[in-house]
Amino acid sequence: MITVENLDIAFGSGRGRVHAVRQVSFKVARGESFGLVGESGSGKSTVLRAIAGLTPGWRGAMAVDGVALGQKRARDFHRRLQMVFQDPYGSLHPRHTVNDILKEPLIIHKVDDIEFRVLKALDEVGLGAGYRFRFPHQLSGGQRQRIAIARALILDPEVILLDEPTSALDVSVQAEILNLLAQLRRERNLTYIMVSHDLAIVAHLCGRIAVMNRGAFVEEMSGDQLRAGTPEHGYTRQLLLASKGYDRAAIDQFVEFD
Amino acid sequence: MAKPLLSVENLSVSFDTPKGVVEAVRGISFEVGQERLGIVGESGSGKSQTGRAILGVTPGRVSADRIEFDGIDLRNAPARVMRDIRGQRISMIMQDPRYSLNPVMAVGWQIAEAYRVHTDASKREAKQRTLDMLATVRIREPEKVFDLYPHQVSGGMGQRIMIAMMLIPGPDLIIADEPTSALDVTVQLQVLAILDDMVRDRGMGLIFISHDLHLVSSFCDRILVMYGGQIMEVLEADALEKAEHPYTRGLLNCLPDLDHRQDVLPVLERDANWLLTNGASE
Repeated sequence: MITVENLDIAFGSGRGRVHAVRQVSFKVARGESFGLVGESGSGKSTVLRAIAGLTPGWRGAMAVDGVALGQKRARDFHRRLQMVFQDPYGSLHPRHTVNDILKEPLIIHKVDDIEFRVLKALDEVGLGAGYRFRFPHQLSGGQRQRIAIARALILDPEVILLDEPTSALDVSVQAEILNLLAQLRRERNLTYIMVSHDLAIVAHLCGRIAVMNRGAFVEEMSGDQLRAGTPEHGYTRQLLLASKGYDRAAIDQFVEFD
Repeated sequence: MAKPLLSVENLSVSFDTPKGVVEAVRGISFEVGQERLGIVGESGSGKSQTGRAILGVTPGRVSADRIEFDGIDLRNAPARVMRDIRGQRISMIMQDPRYSLNPVMAVGWQIAEAYRVHTDASKREAKQRTLDMLATVRIREPEKVFDLYPHQVSGGMGQRIMIAMMLIPGPDLIIADEPTSALDVTVQLQVLAILDDMVRDRGMGLIFISHDLHLVSSFCDRILVMYGGQIMEVLEADALEKAEHPYTRGLLNCLPDLDHRQDVLPVLERDANWLLTNGASE
């Protein structure tokens, strides 16, 4: 469904040049859920944004469903691929009601049956029609993220890109959102690419996981491999160890990976 | 336990809002000795307000039967006394170094200032102490870092600088409010290790406020679990898996587990009855 080959992205020039993504290649099959995990600055979000068409100036080759992607994306592309952002406090327009927020993609793509689709989308993310005319500030963080998911779903896309969709939420709300995402994927055979810094979340939602460090893939593995604690690369093993909590003795063994 | 460093009885914090009074903390009691005490809860549980009320830096209304630190009643302490306590005897580490450091002052001088406010040390002496302190929090090349500005340091280094600043007056008690939540996991643990060593070596007390139940249980000695401004349960950290309160259990269960595959995560069901009783205490 998605092919990325030798993706390379650099920002700035001269001394300030940052090589954010280095020769990244991967494939994601239809209906699969693929996870990108790494620490801050590893380039994981940049890869996601490049696929969505939000990062100009990338090099390499990308294709969705066999169609090669250019630097600019046609309108149709966004009917097939949508994105959910990290911060539900920043990704919804504060002066637009839920209705306005959900209507906008329908208007842009000239889709009819607006009212029916808005209500259906609200229903699918577990919020009723009662939320339709609320403003974002009248919603909790979890409800806002549900609206962001509804906005991504309303055009019936095949691919959803998830950029740390639960990191701004409390753990109990995180569980609800992760369950919702898993359920929607099952029901609609969606393809997910999810970015997160949290190994447990990625292992939970994704069947296949790529670990990134300093812009490059360190290794790719299955969720089962990660759970079994058998990653091959030292960087992944260290990340896994650190995710298991505080262990004074282990911390002195931590090293920097290049 | 020997005489506690801090004892709090029936502490409440409330806010007057246009929609009425919001009770952020509802009558909680606890004690802290020379130990690492974790306060865990979700957003709005009152954990941060508890830390702030101890230092008297919350805009809310604070009431308590007792807030006693080393024999000093902090409730009615005059501003002069509180100024001497804040920073020097009880200090607080905030979540994000980017917002807690002065952006237009070299970090070294910010640390030195913290020292000079509480002692009558000369500038040169303060600088030397700062360089020593930077080395203690394991910053390589302290001389170089001394002259950097906050935007020139990474998040992990910024938080080490904050810790250096809070430790340099040699406090007896540290209140750390999500000190590592903005950091990557490995850096987070490295910063915690520094804090841990300090607490051990200097016999300080630490109140560690966090939303991360697993982290707190692996790091602290004891845990207070807060919900809706009340203490739901007090646990020995290594007994977390044996927690009995449904809220604590719910929080534990709803986390994705790295060791086991689950199709659906259990969702936390809240119960209004949890807040009807007076909460747990020690």
